[in-house]
Amino acid sequence: MSELLLSILRIGFLVALWWFVLTVVSVLRRDLQAPRDAKPLTPARSGKRPSPRPTLRARKTSTQLVIVEGALTGTAIPLGSSPIIIGRAPDATIVLDDDFVSTHHARLTPNGNHWMVEDLGSTNGTWIDRTRVTTPTVFRPGTQLRIGRTSMELSS
Amino acid sequence: MSETLNRYRVSTRRSAELALLVGAWLIGVFAWILVDSATGETSFGGWTSLLSAGILLLITHGVVRWQAPYADPLLLPSVAALNMLGLAMIHRLDIAAAQRAISNGSPMPTPDVYLQLTWMLVGLVAFMLVLFFVSDHRRLQRFTFTAGFAGIALLFFPLLPIIGSEVNGARLWINFLGFTFQPGELTKVALTIFFAGFLVTRRHSLALVHKKILGVGVPRGKDVGPLLLVWFAALLVLILERDLGTSLLLFGLFIVMLYVATGRRSWVLIGSALLTVGGALAYQAFGHVRVRFNVWLDPFADANGSGFQIVQSLYGFANGGIFGTGWGQGYPQLVPFAKTDFITSALGEELGLMGLIAILLLFAIVVERGARAAVATRDPFGNLLAIGLTTVIGLQTFIVIGGVTRLVPLTGLTTPFLSYGGSSLVANYIIIALLIRISNAARAPEVTDAELVLRQDGDGSD
Repeated sequence: MSELLLSILRIGFLVALWWFVLTVVSVLRRDLQAPRDAKPLTPARSGKRPSPRPTLRARKTSTQLVIVEGALTGTAIPLGSSPIIIGRAPDATIVLDDDFVSTHHARLTPNGNHWMVEDLGSTNGTWIDRTRVTTPTVFRPGTQLRIGRTSMELSS
Repeated sequence: MSETLNRYRVSTRRSAELALLVGAWLIGVFAWILVDSATGETSFGGWTSLLSAGILLLITHGVVRWQAPYADPLLLPSVAALNMLGLAMIHRLDIAAAQRAISNGSPMPTPDVYLQLTWMLVGLVAFMLVLFFVSDHRRLQRFTFTAGFAGIALLFFPLLPIIGSEVNGARLWINFLGFTFQPGELTKVALTIFFAGFLVTRRHSLALVHKKILGVGVPRGKDVGPLLLVWFAALLVLILERDLGTSLLLFGLFIVMLYVATGRRSWVLIGSALLTVGGALAYQAFGHVRVRFNVWLDPFADANGSGFQIVQSLYGFANGGIFGTGWGQGYPQLVPFAKTDFITSALGEELGLMGLIAILLLFAIVVERGARAAVATRDPFGNLLAIGLTTVIGLQTFIVIGGVTRLVPLTGLTTPFLSYGGSSLVANYIIIALLIRISNAARAPEVTDAELVLRQDGDGSD
C-alpha cells in the first residue's frame, strides 16, 4: 500500500477514535443537563461533588411548583419572586387540608436562581427526598419536597 | 393519571448506548483492518472474531435494556471500545510473533487473540449473569462477611501447593483444568463488597469518635484495628506472593473507601503514613522491591538488564511521537510482555500521544460515570460500593499506566479491558455490571412507599 494512503489511514483512525470519545463526552454533557438526572445527594457524607458542574441544573429558574402526590395532585402553582408559605392556616399561600401539616409548616423563598426551603417549626417535619429539612436547604428541580401526605416538585 | 405518566416518562438513553456501542465496535473493526492491511495479513478468521464480538456486545446491550433500563448509557460503550482496541492490539502482536517465528524457523506460536475473545465471551456472560442475579445491589450487603472470607481465600489460593503456580517470580496464578486463572483479580470485587458492607455499619463511630491532636482528629486505637489488619494483609501479599501491584491496589482502595465513608482526612494521613512505612520496610527487606524502585529512578543505569522493559517501553513511546506510527507499523513486539503489562506502550507507539490521550479519556469517562452513580445512589451501601468499584478501575489504571510511563515505580498489574488476560477481563466486566446495576437504581424514578399505598387505594376504590 502506498505511503500516502497509509498515513491518511493512520490519521483517519485517530480522527475516528477522537470522534468516538467526543461523542461520548457530548452524551455525558447532555446527561448532566437533563433535569431528571438531578438526583439528590445522600446527605453529609459524600466527599465528591455530584458532577463537575453541579450548578448547571439550577441555572434555569423554575417557574412552577407541581404537586405530584396527595389530595391536590396535578395542581401547578406559578412561582414568582415572592416567598410562599405552605400550611393548614387559611392565610398560607398553599393551603393543605391534612392532619399531618402544621398551621404554618414551611416557607419557600427565592434566592438567586434557586428556591430555598425552610421548616417553620412543624410537628411532622419537612422532607426533601429522604432528608429532613432542619436548616434552610436548596430545593433542586428533580427532588421532591414532602409535607404531610403531599409531595411537590419544581418544574420549569 | 396524566401527571403519573408524566413523572414516569424518563429518558433512559438506551438508544444512545446502542449507537455508541456500534461506534465502539466499528473502531475495533477499523483498527483490525488497518493492522491486516499494514502487515499484509489476510486471515479471514479475523472477520468471524469481529462479528462474534459485535453480536456479543449487541446481546449484552439487549440484556441491559431488559434488566437495567435506566442504567448509565456510557459505561458499556466506553469499556467495549477499550476491549475492542485491546483485541486489535493483541491481534497485531500475534502477527508480529508469527512473523518472528517464520524468520527464526521456530514453530508457529498459537495466536492469543482467539483465547482473549473467548475470555471476552466469558466476561460478558458474567456481566449478564450479575445483572440477572443481583437485581438489587443492596442485597449484596447481606454477603459482607462471606465476601470478605472469599476475598481473602482467593487472595491466598495461589500459595496452595498443587494448583498454585509461579510465573516470572510472582506467585499469582492457579492452574485449573488446563486454564490458568489469577484469583487476585476477583479478590478486588469481593473485598470491595466487604469493605462497603463493613464500613457502612461503622462509619459513624469511625467518623465521630476521635481526639484532636495538633488540629487533626485522631481516631481511637480500637477503630484503627481494621485498617491495620488490611495493611498487614497487603504486606503479606507482598511478601508471600511478591505482588507489589495487588497489595498497593488493595491498600489504596481501603484508604479511599475509609475516607469516603467517614469524610475524615486523618484516615488519609494515617494511611499514607502506613504506606510509607510499609514501602520503606519492603525496600529494605526485599531485593525485588529495591530493584523496581532503583529502575524507576534511573532505568538507563542497567538498560539491558533490569531496566530493559521500561527502557524499551520509553523508546516505544518516543518512536510513536504525537500521532504514532500507525497500526502495524511500529515495533511494539520489542517490549517484553507487550500483550499484558505493557499494552499501553504498544498502543502509545502505534497510536501516538493523541491515541493514548483518547484511551485515557475513555478510562476517565468510566471513572466519572462510576463516581456519578456513587453520589446519585440513595443508600449508603450503594454509595460506598460504587465508589469502591470505581476506585479499583481508576487506581489500577493509574498504577499500571503510571508504571509503564515511569511516573511511578513499575508494578505488575493488567490494564483494565486492554490487556491480554482472562481473569482481569472477567473481573472488570463484573465490576462494570455492578456499577450499571447501581446506576440503574440511582437513575430510576423513585417509587415511594406513600405512592404505592396511594396506587393501591386507587385500585381499590375505582
